[in-house]
Amino acid sequence: MRTLLLLWLCLLVISCGQQKTETAASDLTAPVGGGQSNVKDDVSQQDVVKIAVNSPDHTTLVTALQVAEYVDALSNAGPFTVFAPTNAAFDKLPAGTLETLTKPENKDQLRTILEYHVYVGGLTENLIQDGMTINMASLDNATLNKKDGKLTINGANVLGSARGSNGIVYIIDAVLLPPEKK
Amino acid sequence: MDKKIILRSLLVVATLVGITVLQMCKPQAPASVSGSDAAVKAYVPPGQYDEFYNLVSGGFSGQMSVYGLPSGRLFRVIPVFSEDPTTGYGYSEETKAMLNTSHGYVPWDDLHHPAISTTNGEHDGRWVFGNANNTPRVARIDLKTFRTSEIIELPNSGGNHSSPFITENTEYVVAGTRFSVPVGDKTDVPISTFKENFKGYISFISVDPKDGKMNIAFQLKTPGVSFDLARAGKGPSHGWFFFSCYNTEQAYTLLEVNASQKDKDFIMAVNWKKAEEYIAQGKGEKVKARYARNRYDESTHTATSEMLTEVLQLDPAVLKDIIYFIPCPKSPHGCDTDPSGEYIVGSGKLAALIPVFSFTKIQQAIANKDFEGEFAGIPVIKYESALHGEVKKPGLGPLHTEFDANGNAYTSFFVSSEIVKWNVKSLEVLDRVPTYYSIGHLCVPGGPTRKPHGKYVIAYNKITKDRYLPTGPELTQSAQIYDITGDKMKLILDFPTIGEPHYAEAIPASLIMPQSTKIFKIEENNHPYVAKGEGQAKVERKGNEVHVYMTAIRSHLTPDNIEGVRVGDEVYFHVTNLEQDWDVPHGFAIKGAANAELLIMPGETATLKWKPLSVGVYPFYCTDFCSALHQEMQGYIRISPAGSNVPLKYSTGKTDDTAAGAGR
Repeated sequence: MRTLLLLWLCLLVISCGQQKTETAASDLTAPVGGGQSNVKDDVSQQDVVKIAVNSPDHTTLVTALQVAEYVDALSNAGPFTVFAPTNAAFDKLPAGTLETLTKPENKDQLRTILEYHVYVGGLTENLIQDGMTINMASLDNATLNKKDGKLTINGANVLGSARGSNGIVYIIDAVLLPPEKK
Repeated sequence: MDKKIILRSLLVVATLVGITVLQMCKPQAPASVSGSDAAVKAYVPPGQYDEFYNLVSGGFSGQMSVYGLPSGRLFRVIPVFSEDPTTGYGYSEETKAMLNTSHGYVPWDDLHHPAISTTNGEHDGRWVFGNANNTPRVARIDLKTFRTSEIIELPNSGGNHSSPFITENTEYVVAGTRFSVPVGDKTDVPISTFKENFKGYISFISVDPKDGKMNIAFQLKTPGVSFDLARAGKGPSHGWFFFSCYNTEQAYTLLEVNASQKDKDFIMAVNWKKAEEYIAQGKGEKVKARYARNRYDESTHTATSEMLTEVLQLDPAVLKDIIYFIPCPKSPHGCDTDPSGEYIVGSGKLAALIPVFSFTKIQQAIANKDFEGEFAGIPVIKYESALHGEVKKPGLGPLHTEFDANGNAYTSFFVSSEIVKWNVKSLEVLDRVPTYYSIGHLCVPGGPTRKPHGKYVIAYNKITKDRYLPTGPELTQSAQIYDITGDKMKLILDFPTIGEPHYAEAIPASLIMPQSTKIFKIEENNHPYVAKGEGQAKVERKGNEVHVYMTAIRSHLTPDNIEGVRVGDEVYFHVTNLEQDWDVPHGFAIKGAANAELLIMPGETATLKWKPLSVGVYPFYCTDFCSALHQEMQGYIRISPAGSNVPLKYSTGKTDDTAAGAGR
């Protein structure tokens, strides 16, 4: 009986220790609203991520950014120049490519491809010269061409552009693939 | 005894004990407030000291602020490069000279990087240095008084960003220019002649080990690039210095695009011992220059400014083996040597990897002339030959790295807004935590030294968006403390900061606290206008200058009645605080003063210049709530018209109007 009571006492002490651990585990230092990309702000200009999110033609890109956990990064101060392939552009990829890339084990590969669509800098159209090489966030180069007012990147056509608060989005008709490493 | 009774009484006891235990383990106040053990880790109970001092730059405020860690409590804002009406820094006659430059009096600057002095590569707690980014200067702050002791201007520099960084024994404080500029007698040149005429300069400022006095020992003339950050070698790499360079494209317009063309810029390795050898051989060249050096003398409580006229220069394109370039991906910002001195971490701020260079391999590459070519006459070491390895996919936009004592590195990532912990030898990523948001520099206590103190990593963020109550278009700047004692980094506190918290260092309180100055001894006060007692208080006229030798002690000013001063006079209130008691400053302010107040420390003399513009009786008073009769600590000065013959007189406690009975 005495042993039982001692056990009961021990339990009391332990449970009180556990109670502490439990409160610690619920992370109260996490951002209340889910981070930078979720800050409620209907007054400021939209950032490059919000532009993509609000475009019905870019749902695949947005899904890919979410899988790669790049949504918050692209709502950062930037400045970013984002080349945003349309859903149709993603559809042109060989069957199964997207499914493979969005698997958790291929996150690095997906990130590299998405990084190859982002240039850190605000490259407005007037700054782009024909034949200009830019080094993308993935550290690979891409080539911009501008002929008769028509803009292309690595041959993909720029269909339009939108100015965001933290950069500029160029809508393109193909997914850019980083050059093979030597 | 009945077994049941025993059982019952035991249960009662047990329940009572149980309740007590429950009450004992009820979380203490701070934990219950937040419900998280994070609060407990950052909590310093009232009346307790913090473990570390955190010396945080004020960025565009031009000042440096002092916080406690882990509480994040603000203790002090030290005026350095900007006027401070609160203390009278830059306004008092004694401190105006501190802000003198070759461009005249400059009331503001942009302080980016603190650097605490070291001995044998470890914090010694003597001084902290800071850079002026705009009008290039380096300041030395005394950590006994937490006051700016000296400011030296840097000639031939176009913006002092890569500064101040110190060698192991504080032999030198180093300053690299952000902007290359045309120098010498060819300064009026077209901007488009950048490649031909623009040069970068690195200044090596010697520091007197006795008293810290600074002097530009020599400057290295380098190709026209931009220097961003740097670190000295340590241990085996002592004698070397490593600078990150960007704009090796040598662009002079739209750098946003034009300075990001190359996939690699450089880290510049400098053998400063070799430079010293050349100087000993008389190979340096003395070049004309004009730059100010301002020193504050604690005995006279007064700063003096001198204009220096020449500087010793070395040209590494001619004098070989002083500098080498190492390719480093994309506009490197941080360039950090680990505590062992073997590894140099480059942080290409537009890159998605972190290259780590090996000092041993750099030395081998130099010995084997393993160069890929030259850049403006300087050998460029092959990237692979200098490389220890790359941290792959660590995050986006690495900025700056500091270290703990266990072989781990902590790198800030601006673009992906996170801190990544990785192992320096294995290059393996160990942990990552988000920061809120857009972290610039980070700080591990002792992180840049040979002996990191560890325990915390502090993030200095650029954007706070949803972290604090909004205050209009501009939100507070902020720092965040993470506990790094476990395998996982853990956010324990946000705290708001003054100005832009650009970079910071943290040092154990035990290295600073014991030597903190409490008072200035009145008998050692050599100020020319000191009044070492009320008996020495007086007013003197020299032409249209009126000098008031005033004393302040709880709770009166002497003299507190002054007459015979006229419109057109310049009045100098030289106020000596006669207190010899810690934490009892007095203040001084007078109606209509066009500058600021004075805050005068115990035993100190400070001077406020005041020009009365119209006739009247002007009140003055003590501004620092010093005592129960602080509100009574006041006086009057009578200003008569220009040419008036009211005699000069002054007194305290003397009542003339006995008829009316005042004062009786």
